[in-house]
Amino acid sequence: MILTQFLVLGAVLFSLGIYGLLSRRNAVTVLLAVELMLAAVNINLVAFEAFWNTPAAHGQIFAIFVITIAAAEVGIGLAIILLVFRNRASGNVDELDLLKW
Amino acid sequence: MTFSDWLAEPVNWAFLALALPMTVAAVRVVTSRNVVHAALFLVLTLAASAGLFILLSAEFVAWVLVLVYIGAVIVLFLFGIMITRAPIGRETDLSHAGRWPAALASLAVLALTLWLITAVSGQVEGFDGPLPAVGVATDSAILGEGFIMRYLIPFEAVGFILLAALIGGITLARKDLTPAEEEEAERV
Repeated sequence: MILTQFLVLGAVLFSLGIYGLLSRRNAVTVLLAVELMLAAVNINLVAFEAFWNTPAAHGQIFAIFVITIAAAEVGIGLAIILLVFRNRASGNVDELDLLKW
Repeated sequence: MTFSDWLAEPVNWAFLALALPMTVAAVRVVTSRNVVHAALFLVLTLAASAGLFILLSAEFVAWVLVLVYIGAVIVLFLFGIMITRAPIGRETDLSHAGRWPAALASLAVLALTLWLITAVSGQVEGFDGPLPAVGVATDSAILGEGFIMRYLIPFEAVGFILLAALIGGITLARKDLTPAEEEEAERV
């Protein structure tokens, strides 16, 4: 196995995440796309760790930090979506244009 | 290294067996017309990436991913889908009209990253060589030592962020009762 194959896979996953982030209307599916991008970042971190092979496994430690932050992000993101849904009876991001000029 | 050399390594077949379903599942996550299916395809993507982590000898990260993501985050997503009454059946307007600009932007990002990878690959020594860490399992004691020695402050900070986020999530999501409803609740 070489490093490039993991980097290419990460790039493909990340761009799919960007596509989902930009094209989805439903807020929950937008969050799913963000999770996809974070998974791509994790693959990159772990692959670079396997490449540099640092004695203290810094890449894997950072991957675990990313997983933790992602869990916090999903918790707060879904709470916000729930709140918006309760107030506006809609979970579609393009209908939340109150602040739009 | 040519492609046939690459295919001669058995471990690369394992990589392909994980990476191809993973890519297909990731495509379905962003294109599926059914929100629940999209969440379940994310499970498939994350399970495949846990498999890749095991190939990369990062067992601890792989199991953390399985426990935290597949165990907890997906359940949270499914709760979110059910509670917000997101359209559970097939839905035609899950994606909006800006689909083509979005595809263009993501292709541009893909092209930029691939160009960066090829541009860097000539500069770094051993970029096309075998990965040194593969085959030697990372001792999770090393990770634990990293967390309580070198990364102690980030570790505490991340724990605090998680606590704050969960408390914030509960505060945001709980329903404030109106005075009339409070009276009603007291009577019952």
